[in-house]
Amino acid sequence: MKTFWSALRITLVLTFITGIAYPLAVTGFARVFYSGKAAGSFVESGGATVGSELIGQSFRAPRYFWGRPSAIGYNPLPSGGSNLSPVSLALQKQAADNTAAFLAANPGAAGRPVPAEMVFASASGLDPHITPEAALAQVERVAAARGFDSGREKELVSLVASLTERRDLGFLGENRVNVLKLNLSLDQNK
Amino acid sequence: MNVYDIIQVAVFAGLLVLLTPPLGAFMARVFEGERTFLSPVLGWLERLTYRLGGVDPAKEMNWKEYAWAVIIFNLLGLAVVFFIQVFQAHLPLNPNHLGNVEWTSALNTAVSFMTNTNWQGYSGETTLSFFSQMLALAVQNFLSAAYGIAVFLALARGISRKSTDLIGNFWADLVRCTVYVLLPLALIFAFVLVSQGVVQNFSANREITTLEGAKQAIPLGPAASQIAIKQLGTNGGGFFNANSAHPFENPTPLSNFLEMLAILMLPAALVYTYGIMIKDKKHAWVLYAVMLAIWSGGLAVALYSEHDAAARLFHGMSLMEGKETRFGVTNSAIWATATTVASNGSVNAMHSSLSPLAGGMAMFNMHLGEIIFGGVGSGMYGMLFFVLMTVFLAGLMVGRTPEYMGKKIEKREIQMAMIGMLGPGALMLIGAAVACSLPAGLSSLSAKGPHGFSEMLYAYTSAAANNGSAFAGLNANTPFYNLTLAFTMLAGRFVCLLPALAIAGSLAGKKSAPPSAGTFSTGGSMFALLLTSVIIIVGVLTFVPALVLGPVLEHMLMVKGMFLF
Repeated sequence: MKTFWSALRITLVLTFITGIAYPLAVTGFARVFYSGKAAGSFVESGGATVGSELIGQSFRAPRYFWGRPSAIGYNPLPSGGSNLSPVSLALQKQAADNTAAFLAANPGAAGRPVPAEMVFASASGLDPHITPEAALAQVERVAAARGFDSGREKELVSLVASLTERRDLGFLGENRVNVLKLNLSLDQNK
Repeated sequence: MNVYDIIQVAVFAGLLVLLTPPLGAFMARVFEGERTFLSPVLGWLERLTYRLGGVDPAKEMNWKEYAWAVIIFNLLGLAVVFFIQVFQAHLPLNPNHLGNVEWTSALNTAVSFMTNTNWQGYSGETTLSFFSQMLALAVQNFLSAAYGIAVFLALARGISRKSTDLIGNFWADLVRCTVYVLLPLALIFAFVLVSQGVVQNFSANREITTLEGAKQAIPLGPAASQIAIKQLGTNGGGFFNANSAHPFENPTPLSNFLEMLAILMLPAALVYTYGIMIKDKKHAWVLYAVMLAIWSGGLAVALYSEHDAAARLFHGMSLMEGKETRFGVTNSAIWATATTVASNGSVNAMHSSLSPLAGGMAMFNMHLGEIIFGGVGSGMYGMLFFVLMTVFLAGLMVGRTPEYMGKKIEKREIQMAMIGMLGPGALMLIGAAVACSLPAGLSSLSAKGPHGFSEMLYAYTSAAANNGSAFAGLNANTPFYNLTLAFTMLAGRFVCLLPALAIAGSLAGKKSAPPSAGTFSTGGSMFALLLTSVIIIVGVLTFVPALVLGPVLEHMLMVKGMFLF
């Protein structure tokens, strides 16, 4: 019985420390030093919040760069992937369909390998990034949809390059481009 | 594989090894109640906890008292987590007005977090209020890790002490571990995660209009504080459904690297702590080397499989299904092996979409008993079952009474070690067998054929090994899976934990003899080789038939280019 009361009291004390004091301390720190990031890295454009830098959104218009296929249609409630086995007919079909759709939308990308991120759905369904190669493969389509001449098309290429985030510390992860940021800067430099 | 892949693996393993001695030595001082640099800062908190808890940290317990304290403490924790969930609609910090959790799901989650499994049948962002996440789940993330370490400490004391029945005070072990190890590390780590973009707030879902004019409701919450401890405490339960693949849980390659390191950091350092406690660092390094070797072997298989499958299936296009652009294939493979050798279970890629042998390797890592670094505390006491078995086999071979650290290893120790070694395996195989013979088990599958079988085998493997990762195509939020997996998690935890304490009690009471010329050395390559063989042979003999029906068959179908389903 004494063990029971000790257990109960210790549980309450440790619950207060780890369940209330600790998360509040982290929240306080986050508010003070990283308020924007702690709040969700939201980005504004023209006075309206247009999304979170970290949460991918669906782009289907030719005038925008497209992100990755998403098993949840970029609806974050809840996040998740397809969970399809790579050795399944379903994924074979999906990959073939996505490849064909990408080539149909980007005829200029024919003849080069289709970037894997444009074919396969991400783990979270909310991947905000694609590789620089996947962005470059879409430049021709975006330029055409926006009525750019070849000079401005070249600017798009350098825009992709300037927005490419390199591997962290030079070696961690992969080079990537944030699709929402890329599209926002497209809209801003009309 | 390119040069960056190799550098990332090398830096990861190198940093893990470098961190081991300082962290292991620090923990040894903390657990022996000695002063450390944190004593002036946090000593008051430790003493206050004892006073408010009404316990005397100096009063040691025998193994039965220790076990009762663990059990009662856990039943209370279980009740708290269960009742918070089923009443969450009436509790504060619920800005999205989520309803009470259905009882089988709440029970499953309560068992899951109490046993350090963090299996999740639910989706965090659509099921649990912030109150439930913080006061139910995050608290258990700390406490289940701390009591795992406590049990390991009791066993280490049983091995190093002689002619006593006392193996330490559970409350002191629990509180010291929480206050001096988990809490400071989690605080620092949470700060770093916030700096990378992990969210930490109490806001309701934020609805925005996208550039193309669609509505998107973005879930938020106190994620950073929870993710820090779920990585450090080998818990693994995600704040969001996609776990550490979610950009709010793991926004950058740097956060990913640190989260991966956090999975193995404490379990690895505890091996060193063990070496200090038993005053035989050489033996500890042998155990460490065995662990590192088996983990590396598994990683090599996983990496090979990912690249091989990509070449066979999609003309060399990287296998990015269920993976995030910022991490790529290599980081997903490192994580998949780290999270399954340890009992973490968090994921940064969907294991169900891994190539067959990489997914199989994740399963086999758990089948080995999660003793390759393993869960915090539970990895070491699980490994010690295998160590005792190896010593016993070596003794049989040369016809001498087996000894470990000067203690005679006799019938009782071996019986207990056998229960701890084989118990989880029995739960995994029986659980999967039951599920695949009942309509209630089969109706949750999302795949047919070998992959469907893998979904079930993975679920019971993950539950019995207290891992928590999943082949997430399985719809596990049904009464059948919630209840059977809850039983499997509970049994899997205690079928190892109680034998560990029993061995602690039995060894503590023995006399210790100095090593003689005939003593089998546990500090050399011969022992390492023998131990590795025992681990692999037990794993292979127990699980190969099941693995053949799942990932191996799937791999063979892939090689033949046959797509049946």
